[in-house]
Amino acid sequence: MSTHPHPHDHSHEVTHDHTPCADASEAPPGYYEVMEIAVRELLIEKQLIGPGEIRRQIEVLDSRSPALGAKVVARAWVDPDFRARLLTNGRKACEDFGISFYDDTELIVLENTETCHNLIVCTLCSCYPRPVLGLPPDWYKAKPYRARAVKEPRAVLAEFGTVIPADVEIRVSDSTAQVRFLVLPRRPAGTDGWSEEALAALVTRDAMIGVVTLDSQPLTESDGEA
Amino acid sequence: MHPSPSEPDPRPPFRPVTSVVLALGEAPAFRPGDPVRIGVRFPVGHYRVPRYIRGCDGVVESVITPMAVNNEIEGFGHNAGSKGHYYRVAIPLTALWPGYAGSPADNLRIEVFETWLERSST
Repeated sequence: MSTHPHPHDHSHEVTHDHTPCADASEAPPGYYEVMEIAVRELLIEKQLIGPGEIRRQIEVLDSRSPALGAKVVARAWVDPDFRARLLTNGRKACEDFGISFYDDTELIVLENTETCHNLIVCTLCSCYPRPVLGLPPDWYKAKPYRARAVKEPRAVLAEFGTVIPADVEIRVSDSTAQVRFLVLPRRPAGTDGWSEEALAALVTRDAMIGVVTLDSQPLTESDGEA
Repeated sequence: MHPSPSEPDPRPPFRPVTSVVLALGEAPAFRPGDPVRIGVRFPVGHYRVPRYIRGCDGVVESVITPMAVNNEIEGFGHNAGSKGHYYRVAIPLTALWPGYAGSPADNLRIEVFETWLERSST
């Protein structure tokens, strides 16, 4: 059978599936899904991109997850020199650490301290430190979080179970341009002597967005091994 | 890479040159600590200056590097020409939201392109 479109050949719909990336859902594609497929097929047909490039970029995105960011945080906790470089130029320090930046974004790392708690948001869309954290959670992209994080951050934090003392400054960073943000959480008490791997296991995605802090850890002998 | 204290640094002393003339717009117009006001204008279309900060007073925290194109021009398909500066600006939440209930120290940090910033005296 030819791959040429046959508007009158109804059996054709079965054999020529335009949704190579379709999920398991049986629902017909929505407006934007159809638009995406049309643009993608046009770009490939015009040979502006190859189908392999899209697959490869999905692979790039899939290789990024909060586990990477957690390794960056743990290294910053155990290595004062790395921490200093990370706070000076987040992107450069992450690149030196082996995390490539496949886009043109810069990275500012925001250090939480006794007197300052950082929270990140993108009120305009869904800017997120994807090279180090992967894809953002759905709530981060949803309008309630985007609108409220800059207007009533303490109420938003409380809904995440996070209560920041009134004498601690809340600093909300709104991504609008080429800079992305990563929160460097405070190292939990009771983790002295922990290995970098054990520390990284404590660091959560939400802590690196700044909606939670990390709990103190009960110090046990097994945790303390280097 | 760092010579130990016992060995003298073999490199010649670092003396930055002072004879370079900067291109127009190359030097940042604002410095950290400068009070600024976000411009108030409402062009049609998607702009990266959110409306909730327009007209508000803030203070420049830092100059963002590297310089970048004016995305308002590039974003609409025109050539923005030379790059300009973004600034990370601090704005108290009490200045943004009348009746803000949290601490007066709570604040927003946001990147604003130079063309949207006005020098302010406050």
